[in-house]
Amino acid sequence: MSTETLVRQDSAAPPVGRYAYDQVDRDFLRDRIEQFRDQVGRRISGALTEDEFKPLRLMNGLYLQLHAYMLRVAVPYGTLDSRQMRALARIAREFDRGYGHFTTRQNIQFNWIKLEDTPAALEVLAEADMHAIQTSGNCIRNVTSDEFAGAAADELLDPRIHAEILRQWSTLHPEFTFLPRKFKIAISGSPNDRVAARFHDIGLIARPGDNGAPLFEVFVGGGLGRTPIVGVSLRDDLPEEDLIAYLEAILRVYNEYGRRDNIYKARIKILVQALGPDVFRQKVEAEFAAMDRARYRLHPSIVTAIGERFGAPHFEPEAGATAVLAAARAADRTFDGWVRTNTHPHRAPGYISVVVSLKPAGGIPGDATDAQLDLLADLADEFSFGEIRVTHLQNVVLGHVRQDRLQELWRRLDAAGLGTANINFISDIIACPGLDYCALANARSIPISQKLSQRFADITLQREIGELRLNISGCINACGHHHAAHIGILGVDKRGEEAFQITLGGSGEQDASVGQILGPAMTEDDTVDAVSRLVDLYLARREGSERFLDTFRRLGTAAFKDVVYAAA
Amino acid sequence: MPLLENGRAVADRWTYAVEGQPLGEGPVIVPSSRLSEGLGRAGGELGVLLAPDEAAETLRAALARLSLVAVRFPIFRDGRAFSQARALREHLHFKGEVRAVGHILPDQYEFLLRCGVTTVEAPENADISVWNAALQRFSVAMQPSIAPEKATGFGLRRFLDAAG
Repeated sequence: MSTETLVRQDSAAPPVGRYAYDQVDRDFLRDRIEQFRDQVGRRISGALTEDEFKPLRLMNGLYLQLHAYMLRVAVPYGTLDSRQMRALARIAREFDRGYGHFTTRQNIQFNWIKLEDTPAALEVLAEADMHAIQTSGNCIRNVTSDEFAGAAADELLDPRIHAEILRQWSTLHPEFTFLPRKFKIAISGSPNDRVAARFHDIGLIARPGDNGAPLFEVFVGGGLGRTPIVGVSLRDDLPEEDLIAYLEAILRVYNEYGRRDNIYKARIKILVQALGPDVFRQKVEAEFAAMDRARYRLHPSIVTAIGERFGAPHFEPEAGATAVLAAARAADRTFDGWVRTNTHPHRAPGYISVVVSLKPAGGIPGDATDAQLDLLADLADEFSFGEIRVTHLQNVVLGHVRQDRLQELWRRLDAAGLGTANINFISDIIACPGLDYCALANARSIPISQKLSQRFADITLQREIGELRLNISGCINACGHHHAAHIGILGVDKRGEEAFQITLGGSGEQDASVGQILGPAMTEDDTVDAVSRLVDLYLARREGSERFLDTFRRLGTAAFKDVVYAAA
Repeated sequence: MPLLENGRAVADRWTYAVEGQPLGEGPVIVPSSRLSEGLGRAGGELGVLLAPDEAAETLRAALARLSLVAVRFPIFRDGRAFSQARALREHLHFKGEVRAVGHILPDQYEFLLRCGVTTVEAPENADISVWNAALQRFSVAMQPSIAPEKATGFGLRRFLDAAG
């Protein structure tokens, strides 16, 4: 590759889009690995019981699954650099079976890790300033953010500096590491919610206030799982300097009053509903009013200092890039189709954001091979300042691509099987690992997702159907976010057989809603047929530019129920 | 049961009230149900064992006459005691001894100190060196706590003073 085409930042500059570690951060990670090594040793010596070891192991991202250990690596706010992506490729190659699996929380999981290899894998991660800390356990988990942060034309404020502040604040938090249950925070700086803020324990929507200083709307008590609930807005105008104080207040109320007698009733959403949003808000406000606010004040200088550790992309002038792209699209219909689905408007003239689909026809959603991970790292260096984002829809984004080089990027992606033009279409499926891997699952999520992906593989048909979110969970814990899907599929155990229940009408965006159960569960093949009939009904009955979700909301459940169950 | 302070075993001058028996004279720790009985004693230092579901706030009126408040972990995963200890210091400005008792792991020791705990009842036969090492593990932390920690001068970071 020629030096002209290389847009990688020079190595001394901070990584674009994420916080640059210094020696103190690296020493901290080393100390953390040593702590885990010591915990493993104390488990082996018997100083720690298995019950005592388990939560400590989980807080290091290590799960015991059906067939092996699974290591979940944190990708803070979903942003990583090419060097980190290569470290992930190396782990896939050396410690797993040659692939990794991107998750709905913007992390990556490796499903075939040997326990004895984990310290070595953690060392590889640490060399790239990565870790698996707090990707599991009843603590504050990895903070997720908008996959188009710092790039989107509709964004009001890049939320990643505040996400980094929350990452640091929540790391080994002395008071909130043994909560009633796990705790997930998402943050966005766009009015178009791409982080499912209303389905998180805390969802934050940032915007600049009148004086330019950030303000936050704070949602609390949303969640999926067994009890899907849309979060409530606690306040709309939280000033930046009170961000940590207010979150501390919420966590204190939860730590004190959250249920600990039943893990299925232990999330903050249950507490918010049990107390009622108004009483919950009063308790938070009382704590907020009583606490030593000066101690928790997030001074603007702290935000500035942490923000200065972020690299910024240096955009070139537009220089006709837009016209080059327009001409290329006019000349190549296939390319044009991909651009229409797999890109997002950029705030800088001449640039565009690219979504790389990890959902090829018949593939496993979110899976990438070590070679693909390495290629994505190379392409990030060549086309997007070395920066890569993981999306909560299990795809990958290159945020800052010049429009006059988009066709070249597309060709490279397509040649590697990464050119599927299906973002937000029916085959852009979210699926959990399911019974193929997961000890909790009732049914396999992957085979049905592959069958559905094959059924709708015809891209012309998908384009005709338009935006349709289809999510699959292998059990009621809802890791596949089926409640938040236009068409959700839930794996259940029906008298010892795997079966699937359909929900309709969910949404994870600003019009958040929980999907409604359509009827009794069906076999895998009947479910695939049922989805076809639901889609056919939509195509026959839609009006104007209605999406599947809009038609469902207008027609209601009955018509859709008939088409699935009356025929049977 | 060894009592730890700053990573070292220290002598324990406190005894626990025995159910159905009078409180006696020396320093004694009572359950909150016997708080008024304890306050009614002629002399001797008084401590209270707060149950996990009792708010620190319930001790506000009595606090000036208490030398010790104990917070309890029924199991190490139940982290309510962290918030109770922090509330005793931050909301009630309690200056006496805050003691953590129950099922506690050495891995939680630093967290306890940062939430305002002064002493920890370690399990019988505990390897004190493991507890002490837990305080040496990290040299910085990344969030405000109620311990008197000095900022490092960058971001949220503060120095953790290693004990021992």
